Amino acid sequence: MSLERADVEKIAHLARIAVEEAQLDGVARDLSNILDLVEQMNAVDTQGVTPMAHPLHMSQRLRRDEVSEVDQREKFQSIAPLADAGLYLVPRVVE
Amino acid sequence: MSLHEKSIAELAGALRAGEVSSVELTRHFLDRIGRIDSALNAFITVSEELALGSAEAADQRLRAGEGGPLTGIPIAHKDIFCTDGVRTSCGSRMLDSYIAPYDATVVAKLKEAGAVVLGKTNMDEFAMGSSNETSWYGPVRNPWDTGRVPGGSSGGSAAAVAARLAVAATGTDTGGSIRQPSSFCGITGIKPTYGRVSRYGMIAFASSLDQGGPMARSATDAAALLQAMAGFDPRDSTSAERPVPDYSATLDDDITGLRIGLPKEYFDEALPADIAASIQTALDEYRRLGAELVEISLPNSRLSVPVYYVVAPAECSSNLARFDGVRFGHRCEAPGDLEDLYKRSRAEGFGAEVKRRILIGTYALSAGYYDAYYLKAQQIRHLISEDFRRAFEQVDVIMGPTSPNTAFGLGEKMDDPVTMYLNDIYTIAANLAGLPAMSVPVPAVGGLPVGLQMVGGYFAEARLLNVAHRLQQATDWHLAVPPAAA
Repeated sequence: MSLERADVEKIAHLARIAVEEAQLDGVARDLSNILDLVEQMNAVDTQGVTPMAHPLHMSQRLRRDEVSEVDQREKFQSIAPLADAGLYLVPRVVE
Repeated sequence: MSLHEKSIAELAGALRAGEVSSVELTRHFLDRIGRIDSALNAFITVSEELALGSAEAADQRLRAGEGGPLTGIPIAHKDIFCTDGVRTSCGSRMLDSYIAPYDATVVAKLKEAGAVVLGKTNMDEFAMGSSNETSWYGPVRNPWDTGRVPGGSSGGSAAAVAARLAVAATGTDTGGSIRQPSSFCGITGIKPTYGRVSRYGMIAFASSLDQGGPMARSATDAAALLQAMAGFDPRDSTSAERPVPDYSATLDDDITGLRIGLPKEYFDEALPADIAASIQTALDEYRRLGAELVEISLPNSRLSVPVYYVVAPAECSSNLARFDGVRFGHRCEAPGDLEDLYKRSRAEGFGAEVKRRILIGTYALSAGYYDAYYLKAQQIRHLISEDFRRAFEQVDVIMGPTSPNTAFGLGEKMDDPVTMYLNDIYTIAANLAGLPAMSVPVPAVGGLPVGLQMVGGYFAEARLLNVAHRLQQATDWHLAVPPAAA
């Protein structure tokens, strides 16, 4: 399976990772090689096989809807790149 | 015998008898790290003050006649485990500035057991790699030959244990990252059954595959560490609610009649003859110990690597979405808008391999491709699991080589990612099936360590440790000391 520059641009946008113009071809080539490896899966007929999402077929454990955590906002925000007044600061989103 | 050659039990005895204090023991290892680690780069962070503080606390407990088998014992944590107040980088520029605000459950449990943390070990970035060459902090070097890789992603932990810079260390294994470096560095490592060890605070790579485990110089030491690490954790929704047996109690069990399955797919012409011969030497020993060798087949195992390189990147693309420059970690300079903030922070913070895997994962999960890739992979995953289930009806344990080669040279496999991926050919299936698997040292080839892999049934860690221990009682391959440890 061969990916083109345009495919990489699209995927990079979905993944929110900037890929420079100059890197696009190289990334397309690397990803195509990985997809060639992955294509080996087509050798097997999986008609009717249940997909296995969890090794032990566990289901989500539930707990009571009660507050169990302590407010540590200051501690957690102290490591933020930019925070103030209990808010994480980012460039303006809404005009 | 020097302090750094002693086993956990021997050290515990010496500490209890007052022959040495934890502070002295800790200084001994900190000293060794200071002298030896510049040649290996096994540590990202050495936490000297914290270590000595814990050592003093341990000495107090010991003097009061309290404490357990790990009290006062110096260990190291793979830098993927959040350690409160200590940098937890995951081998990445993205988290170079991240001081974890909490302890992972594994860290808390080992702290509770009184272990002393010497520092955080180097690793492939976000646990993605098989050579410890993708770390932001530079590659780790193999203590057996510093021109070679230690394996990955838990390369730092493997090198630290092999070079006797820590008594034991924690690692994580998603596709072989405990077993393969254990194999390359000549140590004993075990990836427990999925759900056996809590993933809370263990920075996530692929949530359905990740598992933390011990890396040590013997099955006995690994058992002691696993004892403290294992157990149900309500904070990990995938944690297994199963009691933890006493792993040390059954180490000496007789293994007469043990049925060892040898998958014919693992012993084909692709396996180099010298490695096959080394594995055979160990299997002969098992026969002498009373085991029965049985040829089995795992027909879908040849698809492990392609399946893994869909599932793991898909899951990682989701897990690494949290690194966005907003709440923690790297943020780019002067972001123009929110999209720019995300895109440049992530482009700058992540290395090439991590970005490759996020992109492949994003592609595999995107509209129109999910069925062809992720769903298909999960179906084959089911088939791979079924192969094991059928095999375990005939045998008790499955054995084979951990890796198709010994430690390769630094830089040798960096040109094509796919060449690197093929390193995991024997280890991945156990992660896909969620089964426990170990690597133990067998005779070296060309002066480089070789690992024997053993896979057990679900929650059969005690059995695996027992089977490994019996080999280590009868042989001395696991006692070999690398040049760098001198």
